Amino acid sequence: MQNFACTINGKPVHIEVDPSKSLLDVLRKDLHLTGAKKGCGEGECGACTVLLDGLPVNSCIIPVMTANGREILTIEGLADNGELHPIQEAFIEAGAVQCGFCTPGVILSAKYLLDKYENPTKQEIMEELSGHLCRCTGYLQFYDAVHLAAQKIRHKGIKT
Amino acid sequence: MRIKQQLFPKTIEECIALLVEHEGKARVLAGGTDLFLWLKEGKAQAETLVDISLIEELKHFESDDKRMILGAALTHAEVAAHETVKSCFVALADGCRNVGSPQIRNIGTLGGNIVSAQPAADAVVPLVAMNAKCMIISASGKRTEDIENLFKGVGKSSVDPSRELITEIYVSKPAGRYGTGYVRMAPRDAMALPVVNAAVMVVARDGTITEARIVTSPVAVVPFRTKRAESSLIGKHVDDLSALGAAAQLAEREAQPRDSKVRGSGEYRKSLVKDIVERALIKAVEQIG
Repeated sequence: MQNFACTINGKPVHIEVDPSKSLLDVLRKDLHLTGAKKGCGEGECGACTVLLDGLPVNSCIIPVMTANGREILTIEGLADNGELHPIQEAFIEAGAVQCGFCTPGVILSAKYLLDKYENPTKQEIMEELSGHLCRCTGYLQFYDAVHLAAQKIRHKGIKT
Repeated sequence: MRIKQQLFPKTIEECIALLVEHEGKARVLAGGTDLFLWLKEGKAQAETLVDISLIEELKHFESDDKRMILGAALTHAEVAAHETVKSCFVALADGCRNVGSPQIRNIGTLGGNIVSAQPAADAVVPLVAMNAKCMIISASGKRTEDIENLFKGVGKSSVDPSRELITEIYVSKPAGRYGTGYVRMAPRDAMALPVVNAAVMVVARDGTITEARIVTSPVAVVPFRTKRAESSLIGKHVDDLSALGAAAQLAEREAQPRDSKVRGSGEYRKSLVKDIVERALIKAVEQIG
């Protein structure tokens, strides 16, 4: 076992971890943050995506200790006091959520995208969300959701 | 698999000292998007992972008139987005942009891609075309090697990650005018292994080609240089599109891709080689202008 310290969703975390485990397994099983999903377990589907120091990564193929000392954002950290984040609202309103399994990961990649570009183009959305598989939506609703989220963020004048 | 610990050296010396201390039971973790899965599947063994992500000097980038130096721990995303890489060696930026997915490119590194030694490694095929070299450090000293010579087979590198560390990658800027090109064919534009890919570098003086390097893969167990196609271009004018086509045809003859359930039949992939080599050559000569 190894000592593991990081910040998850703004809160400091200090626990002992088995360094053989993936970041995803520690988030889900040790910390009970089940928002990030285990799909393929080999970095193909994107369901396990979290932001590590602001960058989207596949938490299923990262040894947990890689995140030591760093900042992690999971889907649980996005809502503010029970109020959904504008990206979450936009995904619901645009019909970009169906079964919901890929959604936490897609929303976190969308957050990275909207942190980087105020008003991303279709091409930028396509490239940045390309590491996510979705069996339900057919992907087109993701474009609508990201555009809508960009509008909402601009109107609210908030930083994502 | 049981990993006992993951350690974080801050310097190259500290990293080498840790590898020595663990006498073959430790292994460098340079991103680990391949390695962590291989450890889980039992395809690789290591009790201790020596994570190089905190070694600042491995993130070094430098470029002048003569060469470009890339730290081995630069991620694919960092290399793909780097303006100097895009303007000097667009094939490398394009190769890195096609590795895995955005999430993988944020973690996977150039050095890791080299040592993983997959024949179609999207970042490494352009590096071979660019005649890139790398510095390898171990307790017994430093050596510089052509990246092309590090591949020993599928997944087999002559770099031993339980003893050695790739620190820097060197790319010389050719004396004449030059251009590079990278083209890949895959079932979809994202998250798909290449059916075939090709990277080229063409160097010219006064409009005449003086050097060409053409690499295609996976058509062999290592990134494969089609040397007859390369030499056919020497002395040709950069505007001579028929010479580019003829070279691409030679490349098709030289490449011997196998039938693959994942990538397609050998015959199909062989005919694709001509197409993608020609497209990569056209990209490269366009930069020579």
